[in-house]
Amino acid sequence: MADKLEFFVEELRKKNASWVQDVRSGHGETTVVVGRDDVLDVCTFLRDEHKFDMLADLCGGDLGPEEEPRFFVNYHLFSTTHHSRLRVKVLLSEDDPNVASVTSIWKTANWHERETYDFFGIIFEGHPDLRRILLPSDFDGFALRKDYPLRGYEPYSLN
Amino acid sequence: MMETVVENSAAADSVLDNALESEMTLSMGPQHPSTHGVLRLDLRLDGELVLKAVPDIGYLHTGMEKLFEYKKYQQGIVITDRMDYLNPLGNNLAYVMAAEKLLDLEIPERAQVIRVLFCELQRIASHMVWLGTHGLDLGAMSPFFYCFRQREKILNLIEAASGGRMTPSYFRIGGLMMDLPAGFTERCKQFLDDFPEAMETFDTLLTGNTIWHSRTKGIGIISRKDAISWGLTGPCLRGSGVDLDLRRDNPYSGYETYDFEVPVEHDCDVWARYMVRIRECYESAKIVRQALERLKPGPIKANAPKIVLPDRDDMRKHMDSLIHHFLIVAEGFNVPPGEVYHAIEASKGELGVYMRSNGGPKPERVHFRGPSFVNLSALPDMVKGEMVADVVAVIGSLDIVLGEIDR
Repeated sequence: MADKLEFFVEELRKKNASWVQDVRSGHGETTVVVGRDDVLDVCTFLRDEHKFDMLADLCGGDLGPEEEPRFFVNYHLFSTTHHSRLRVKVLLSEDDPNVASVTSIWKTANWHERETYDFFGIIFEGHPDLRRILLPSDFDGFALRKDYPLRGYEPYSLN
Repeated sequence: MMETVVENSAAADSVLDNALESEMTLSMGPQHPSTHGVLRLDLRLDGELVLKAVPDIGYLHTGMEKLFEYKKYQQGIVITDRMDYLNPLGNNLAYVMAAEKLLDLEIPERAQVIRVLFCELQRIASHMVWLGTHGLDLGAMSPFFYCFRQREKILNLIEAASGGRMTPSYFRIGGLMMDLPAGFTERCKQFLDDFPEAMETFDTLLTGNTIWHSRTKGIGIISRKDAISWGLTGPCLRGSGVDLDLRRDNPYSGYETYDFEVPVEHDCDVWARYMVRIRECYESAKIVRQALERLKPGPIKANAPKIVLPDRDDMRKHMDSLIHHFLIVAEGFNVPPGEVYHAIEASKGELGVYMRSNGGPKPERVHFRGPSFVNLSALPDMVKGEMVADVVAVIGSLDIVLGEIDR
């Protein structure tokens, strides 16, 4: 399995060496860290040339306010034909947490990106309808950021 | 006289035209019984035709992903029970397997077999609730009672093993909470012997019923290509003709050694998704039977004293067991830094867990990829151009659980 994933990384490097910033392997999984501006190209290439036709999951994360880059977005790619999984990761800084939306590549990204925006405040440029999905529209702050307290800043009221 | 009639009918026509031209917005839910929880749909209607449907979710949001970051790894298992409350053991499995992957733990054979056994029983129980409520939504009341009778038997089995019916927390990091109780195999066999007869009841009540056919066939169509793009998984994807089952294609817990078929239907409609789940119930029963045959005496916990709680008996006899117990409960265990994504085939589709550790006793980030969440996102595409009454049929066929969607 790991060899197969290495193959996709090599293919990515062959196509454009500047795409792959870092490769991390472990626990039978491979993560490819790509630049923020290359996400669309990398995802389109992997979908069209290597049959990663399904975006199994997209999730964000916060490494803490003192880290730089602070945020990351994971794209868990899956193929319904060869059943491999590949994780594409983008690192984003706190000052400019913008990344291109992949809704044009996989429709399923729509809700995943809304959820990530809702919890981390990461902006997905080009998303057709980027608004909060699970929290109320007037919610203040981004709840899953590390500096957001577990119980919120003040008791939330529905009024 | 003649002229007034013509005028009147022209006026009536224009009123009718205007009525059809004007759109109506209907808010369906969140207390609508057929939305299986607290789902709200904003329907834009032209008469009875659905022009657009916008799901509104989040009414049941409890911030579980935030809570995981404040709880030790072993405490997180209890939270997972409450996500997809019809398939709690599946949630347990996904969560503990992600942690085990980070810890590189090897799980003993007996624990693996019991996990498979319970996951398949739980799958049948989950499908029973789906079948009962799906029928109820479309006006078939009696299957509901027969379904819940079967589910009750499974819940009794789960209760016998774990002590809990809806929230078992039976799987632990490194193995199981405890071994099966005496007489479990016989009770489980009794259930399996009675189960095919119950399935025949459903065949009589629904599968061969012409009203059921007309309510489900050709409704809520989603093509193979769209289903993949929308990320549908589980029975919804297999109902659109994609032969994908993670139990076979990304095997875990030894599923590759069991003999079962993956039902696939090609009609892409509510009927196809119905047939996939019905056939899955038979396959799950087949797996449970095989698992029962494989049950051999042996350990049910991994050999990792610093991670797995010791037996009570050991604690009374050995000082080190007592120390380990105290440390695990009071401080937890450290998990090496890293990140994993582990996906299992839950009753509703791919249940994925992304877990990231920074080396401490609490996870840095836990994200659940719920199959209901993703399957529901495709709903607007499926109901566009359908009748209002068919929206109910499509929601039923997706088999959503709001506890998992809202987390």
